Amino acid sequence: MAETSTLFTTLLMQGFAGMSLFSVLLLMALGLAIIFGQMGVINMAHGEFMTIGAYTTYIMSTFAEAHGFINQYFILALIAAFAIAFAAGYLLEYLLIRRLYKRPLDTLLATWGVSLVMQQAFREIFGAREVSPALPEWLTGSYQPAPGIDLPVSGLMVLVLMLVVTFGVWLMMYRSRWGIRVRATTQNRVIADAVGINTKRVDRITFALGCGLAGIAGAAFTTIASTGPTTGSLFIVDTFLVVVFGGAASLFGTIASAFTIAQAQSGLEFLMTGSMAKVITLVSVVLILMMRPEGLFSVKVRK
Amino acid sequence: MLKKEILLAIEDLTVSFDGFRAVDAVNLYVDKGEVRVIIGPNGAGKTTLLDLICGKTHASSGTIKFKNIELRDLDEHHIVRAGVGRKFQTPSIYEDLTVYQNLEVSFPRGRSAFGSLFFKRTQDVVDRVQEIAAEILLTEQLHQLAGLLSHGQKQWLEIGMLLIQNPELLMLDEPVAGMSVRERQQTAELLKRISANRSVIVIEHDMEFVRAIAHRVTVLHQGRVLMEGSMDAVQADERVIEAYLGH
Amino acid sequence: MPKKLLSHWITAKNRSDLINLALLALLLLVVLPLALDIFRLNLVGKYLTFAFVAVGLVLCWGYGGILSLGQGIFFGLGGYCMAMFLKLEASDPVSTAIQSTPGIPDFMDWNQIKALPWFWEPFHSFSFTLIAVLILPTLFAYLIGVAMFKRRVGGVYFAIITQAIALILTVLIVGQQGLTGGINGITDLKTLLGWDIRTNSARYILYYINAALLLGGIVFSRWLLSSKLGLLLVALRDKEERVRFSGYDVANLKIFTFCVAALFSAVGGAMFTLQVGFMSPSFVGIVPSIEMVIFTAVGGRLSLIGAVYGALLVNFGKSYFSETFADLWLYLMGALFIGVVLFLPNGLAGLFREPRQTWLLIKHTALMLVAKLRPARLRPEGK
Repeated sequence: MAETSTLFTTLLMQGFAGMSLFSVLLLMALGLAIIFGQMGVINMAHGEFMTIGAYTTYIMSTFAEAHGFINQYFILALIAAFAIAFAAGYLLEYLLIRRLYKRPLDTLLATWGVSLVMQQAFREIFGAREVSPALPEWLTGSYQPAPGIDLPVSGLMVLVLMLVVTFGVWLMMYRSRWGIRVRATTQNRVIADAVGINTKRVDRITFALGCGLAGIAGAAFTTIASTGPTTGSLFIVDTFLVVVFGGAASLFGTIASAFTIAQAQSGLEFLMTGSMAKVITLVSVVLILMMRPEGLFSVKVRK
Repeated sequence: MLKKEILLAIEDLTVSFDGFRAVDAVNLYVDKGEVRVIIGPNGAGKTTLLDLICGKTHASSGTIKFKNIELRDLDEHHIVRAGVGRKFQTPSIYEDLTVYQNLEVSFPRGRSAFGSLFFKRTQDVVDRVQEIAAEILLTEQLHQLAGLLSHGQKQWLEIGMLLIQNPELLMLDEPVAGMSVRERQQTAELLKRISANRSVIVIEHDMEFVRAIAHRVTVLHQGRVLMEGSMDAVQADERVIEAYLGH
Repeated sequence: MPKKLLSHWITAKNRSDLINLALLALLLLVVLPLALDIFRLNLVGKYLTFAFVAVGLVLCWGYGGILSLGQGIFFGLGGYCMAMFLKLEASDPVSTAIQSTPGIPDFMDWNQIKALPWFWEPFHSFSFTLIAVLILPTLFAYLIGVAMFKRRVGGVYFAIITQAIALILTVLIVGQQGLTGGINGITDLKTLLGWDIRTNSARYILYYINAALLLGGIVFSRWLLSSKLGLLLVALRDKEERVRFSGYDVANLKIFTFCVAALFSAVGGAMFTLQVGFMSPSFVGIVPSIEMVIFTAVGGRLSLIGAVYGALLVNFGKSYFSETFADLWLYLMGALFIGVVLFLPNGLAGLFREPRQTWLLIKHTALMLVAKLRPARLRPEGK
């Protein structure tokens, strides 16, 4: 009896670890799903926008510590992380992406260049060493719903944040006029133009919004791990796989696929080394994608 | 009169996209040597029908028998090799290649990867390319880049790229769209010449052109065959008029 | 065969190509060996192994439109096959007598492995190794190609999947330290069939073998592009459907081209191991794979010879800047990616091949600027 309950709590904790990974992965993937799924643009610098969010949080925490509002700073940091990543995305779209909409493979190469430049900039500004923001006390504790079960509050917070953001994205994409404009633009640019939608502006805002979401992912990321100049780039391939695996244009698919990949990864880590868990997870995803290239969730359409 | 031999027999062909039946239980028989024109209002399923025959779209049910070969289970390139050629609605040619290269690339030899690597430009290839170029009135443009041709010439070139493969069934999707009156006449003459020893299915909206070439006309409406017969019979039919004019 | 090739070349009005190839051969076979000491020449040899990958990418990306972000996979597989053979030769029981298990590679001994793993066994044989270098990566490319192209996966999806495979392979190699040498790779390679590859004379010989293989690869690629397959690749990039509906199995054409590119990369990888004396996961993963694409882009994605210059220039730049201004290098590399894509889509070869076009572009831009600066009422009508 005692043994089964230990096994149960271990499994639960393991599942919870998977949930934290799921949350960060999904927050990253939501931005990418908007940019790649809706616009068809490959942004290899997406990870660096996450890093922007993480460093913004770090700066805010240092500032908050100095001015004694450490307990409230995280909410402000979230907003700042979104705003700065949004602004940087807006700028990137204006300077580079809009010139390359017809050349998706070239966008991939150019944004890779952007990611190199951003990484080096991070390294020069923040140093090569990884940094962690000081967490407010209420985030460092843990929550014990039952004896033996120990859930970190930061993990719960990330989970809640993920739910709120996902709901927000859903509202925006499927329940707002702006969402209709975005979907109209991606489905038929010419007609969208003709009915008076400023498609260039829609592109720019959509791209910036995707980057802003990566910024939020970065802020959330700081609560579970430390940030270095190349932190974001470690996530980029996984994030792309999440989006492609879920079926690029499907919000539900992105959620389900982030969940599957994150739980598989952390579940396997329980059984073997981290690197083998990653290998097996990624190999399975790639094999499934080879069998079902359109992703897990997609509809047959008349072309 | 001799009984005609059937080349293409389509029976009970249906395809649905998420419940919407774009082609619905269609039966169609095309004889050897026949020029069949398919007409119908927008969204009638004309292009989808050609897509089904050439393997671009997979049918939900029904059969497509070509020379008694079931095409439904074949890949596109096998359907082409069986003798079915398809011209697309917008001219689909290789803009960066010359007219000569466009035709040579379509020559039906050396179709595997290794075959194309070791393909030799023998005299019969050159002769055939020139013969086809003359047929489609592009002898003088033979060494010009295809991207520089006029719209009508591009349409002819694509027809020529199919002709060089000598298909027994040629399917043309709106071959005279965007052509001048003179070009339409030339295309009608071209179609008459090339249909001498093969069957042709044409989708077209230009009724004058249809009248000039069609042996029989099939009218599609909302995915179904509304009627079939001579051009005169079709134009006199109440149901056809209604389908075109709406209620 | 060569004579026929030559005649084909000239009839195809490719005299300038022939001159460019002759110049490249002159540079690689005469000028560089005379001008550089053996240390620098060995470095050039190392860069030239990347040129194999770049030439393969011209075929499959430039002409075939297939952007693989995983060429490091094949470079690595070729390199690792060769490294395994050399490592086994360096690990004979006499020289490894101090190990707890003599006769196996040192890193295995450090990882408490007691016997040679089964997949290492065949690499005792040199002929098996040579075949493996050529076949294994090509076969892997074939499998990826069949899985992807038969299902009509291409474009950015193909790029992402190949990148993911490169990542998987790196994580696997690093994770399985005892079997693969881990992050350090397979090092301390000494002799090839008893011949010390670290001596100056060996380095000269290997450099020449490498250069000759590369030039041969370019000649072969040129021949491939002048065949009907070459025309088909151009056709395919423009109108894939038309090619398919002209009776071609498009997937097979792409698989073939991808395999050729993989084979080139594998040969490059094996030559890398021989000349540099080690192989490690840092030449397999995402970063090296995408860097190899930039070599091709800088040289000109449609130019076989340009690809070689691209590989040489970018790598010289890299080693020069990382020696002197290490911090600047990543900025420069980033700028290179962005700049080439935005301003030089045909790379240096584009500049070289169409100086007139380039001049016209500059002139038009200048005229446009002047026209914009001029007061509106002075502008000519209708312009």
